[in-house]
Amino acid sequence: MSNKNASPALEQLRDQAIKNRASLEGKTLILVGTATCGRAVGALDVVRVFREEIERLQLDAAVIEVGCMGHCYAEPMAVIYKPGEPGICYGYLNEGIAARLPQDYLVEGDPCAEFALAAMEVHEYIPTFQDFPRGLIEQKAVMEHCGYIDPENIENYLAVGGYGSLAAALDRNPSEVIGEIKDSVLRGRGGAGFPTGLKWEMCGGSQEKTRYVICNADEGDPGAFMDRTILESNPHLVIEGLAIAAYCAGAAKAYFYVRAEYPLAVERIKKALQQAEKLGIIGKSMLGTKYSLDIEVFQGSGAFVCGEETALIASMEGEPGLPRHRPPYPAVAGLFGKPTVIDNVKTLSYVPLIIKNGAGWFRSIGTEKSPGTAIFALAGKLVNTGLAEVPMGTTLSQIIYDVGSGIAGNKKFKAVQIGGPSGGCLPEETLDTPVDYESLSKAGAMMGSGGMVVLDEGDCMVEIARFFLDFTQKESCGKCTFCRLGTKHMLDILERITKGEGRPEDINLLLELAEDVRAGSLCNLGKTAPNPVLSTLRYFRQEYDAHINEKRCPSLMCKDLIAYYILPDKCERSCDACVGSCPVEAIFSNEDRIKVINQEKCVKCDSCLVACPPQYRAVIKVSPPDEVLRREKGVK
Amino acid sequence: MAGKIKITIDGKEIEASPGEKILWAALDNGIYIPHLCAGRDHHPPSASCRLCFVEIEGYPQPVTSCTQEVTGGMVISTRSERLDRIVGTGFEMIMTNHLTDCKACPKNRSCELQKIARERKFRLKPPRLPRLDRELPVDDSADGIKHDPNKCVLCGHCIRACREKGAGVLGFARRGFERVVTTFNGAPLGESGCNSCTACTLVCPVGALTLKV
Repeated sequence: MSNKNASPALEQLRDQAIKNRASLEGKTLILVGTATCGRAVGALDVVRVFREEIERLQLDAAVIEVGCMGHCYAEPMAVIYKPGEPGICYGYLNEGIAARLPQDYLVEGDPCAEFALAAMEVHEYIPTFQDFPRGLIEQKAVMEHCGYIDPENIENYLAVGGYGSLAAALDRNPSEVIGEIKDSVLRGRGGAGFPTGLKWEMCGGSQEKTRYVICNADEGDPGAFMDRTILESNPHLVIEGLAIAAYCAGAAKAYFYVRAEYPLAVERIKKALQQAEKLGIIGKSMLGTKYSLDIEVFQGSGAFVCGEETALIASMEGEPGLPRHRPPYPAVAGLFGKPTVIDNVKTLSYVPLIIKNGAGWFRSIGTEKSPGTAIFALAGKLVNTGLAEVPMGTTLSQIIYDVGSGIAGNKKFKAVQIGGPSGGCLPEETLDTPVDYESLSKAGAMMGSGGMVVLDEGDCMVEIARFFLDFTQKESCGKCTFCRLGTKHMLDILERITKGEGRPEDINLLLELAEDVRAGSLCNLGKTAPNPVLSTLRYFRQEYDAHINEKRCPSLMCKDLIAYYILPDKCERSCDACVGSCPVEAIFSNEDRIKVINQEKCVKCDSCLVACPPQYRAVIKVSPPDEVLRREKGVK
Repeated sequence: MAGKIKITIDGKEIEASPGEKILWAALDNGIYIPHLCAGRDHHPPSASCRLCFVEIEGYPQPVTSCTQEVTGGMVISTRSERLDRIVGTGFEMIMTNHLTDCKACPKNRSCELQKIARERKFRLKPPRLPRLDRELPVDDSADGIKHDPNKCVLCGHCIRACREKGAGVLGFARRGFERVVTTFNGAPLGESGCNSCTACTLVCPVGALTLKV
């Protein structure tokens, strides 16, 4: 199949792209991150203001919308490259700051260091990202160009060497390329960690002529947004990986399965595909070779279970998105019964890098059994949320404290939830666990797709377990007995416990049901659904016991087990902030003008606690609720 | 017999056809394995009731016998502590969601759930788990057919029968705990285009779809 003319053809395209970029030389470039994370906090307004100011000041500058660099906590962000100066990255922008920067920096030459987050190269008095603690740990492979190139302009990607790996692959035999991937020990980043090369080989070696390749971008774990960010920031990288996978598997048709809740990702992939087809990189006789590939975008309708590969296939066939029994595995009989390779967005993103830099390069990163990097979406009670790409084997504490800068609001760390609804909660004593497939499973969580939600002392672990089980119960397709009814029974027990109606025998019942649901369920959604319960029971048993035996929520989170109380010695008396904030008029003044909460009226909405001025902090939460009575009696 | 292979189930050596699923080989030889959703002509098997688990020597986990093909020399057991526990829990869960009103049920004594309970010595009203009743309305709008979704175990036999022999009006709808067998838009059976062929009542293993008396 190889005829060695793809690389020269690509060379021409790249030269043209670099030539076209020359028009930007001498211009000031303003790169604004407009991935979903940026848009959520007003990045599009920032873009508009920059454009207006440049127009008004008649500057020779271009505003370019890019993706996300991973520093989502500081969005909206912009990098300004002024000719002759190192680029400066500004964070926490708003319309006001954006209106100042062109005048102050571009016209008057003041780089406004007070708004600068980091410099892109060594700068006199602004630190670079490499000077951050996370700079020492992070190793950007997949995310190297995320946030630096225009995802809607293929020439940006070509100029940084994009599609070179596809051309190189097309000039080799599929078996050679599969050999390289197998040699790299790349494992599926969707969660299970199956060797990617092996999967391709199974599909490519099939007798069946019609084969399919699908990129699974049906990311649905609460708190996970890695796939979305990659697709929005560098869609061509994923397309290149998908095309190489299709070439290796011998498929003439490939699909992106993206959930419809990611409209920007869908838009950017579609645009990227059109551009790649126009240049002859994808489509008929790709890059002048005999190989043709058609790539189509398929939008999922939002069912979490459709991230499971057999359910994903069923939904693409027009059937309800329900899982099927495996085996046969999709690589043997998948979409329309034909051999099908299904790979996660991140898995495919590594493929062009491995072809470009070699299997040895990939193996030199990370651990022996889990080589390469891991991409985590940091969410929850962290100072710096966002995306982190670190070598496999980095410890959890390095990710949480060095990359994420620790816990927000001076609170204490309690647990980190890894792997979404299929994963588990790991406590402080496990923070030395290196992140790789085996270590995380051993600790009671799993690699999953890479969601990492950090919880602090104010999070009740029973409530967290209940939340995740509520999620799986709602997202269960209802096909098999254990997932449909088992998760429902488990959820009912957890609800009972969070309401203070738990019974001592509930813990054993939960453990028994968890084990049986794990053993009996049809697909991995059901098999892994008990994990949040099992891991919290393993590490936070004392919280369950407090709920059941003392009707007390140690984290003061479960509504039915807490009460609000105003400390008489701290109440300022003449301040009526809490009274005004209460929506149900439950707060009154006693004869000493101290505020008191009528517990029967109180709806536990938290308004008074928020309203009480920080210099008093008179409103507290207590658990169990009858603690209020004890305190009131003690006072009188 | 030519082309047959030998397997062992619960210490009994039996013959089976290559490619046959364990469940049918066992049933044909008088070895009972609980099952609700399986059918000989179901390709691929639904594998949704999760009651037909068996253990096979060399396999780390129990497998569903409706999906596992026999291979020569396979050594299978249908009973063990681990199997009884998984199947027992599965059955228990189904019973908490199945309106257990046997005395008034037309399926009394011919109900598949009663058979499983008898064979495996399970209780029809298990005490460990609370009931999960849905209290859905009973539909007796069609001629000759009564549909009580509160007894349904979601095996799917009626949907298949309706498509093959009837008007093809039945299907699964909703997800998770809310999953039901219903008609398009949830219309009463009598207004759904049902032609009252009653094929569904013949295949229903429990008393969810019965002949109206």
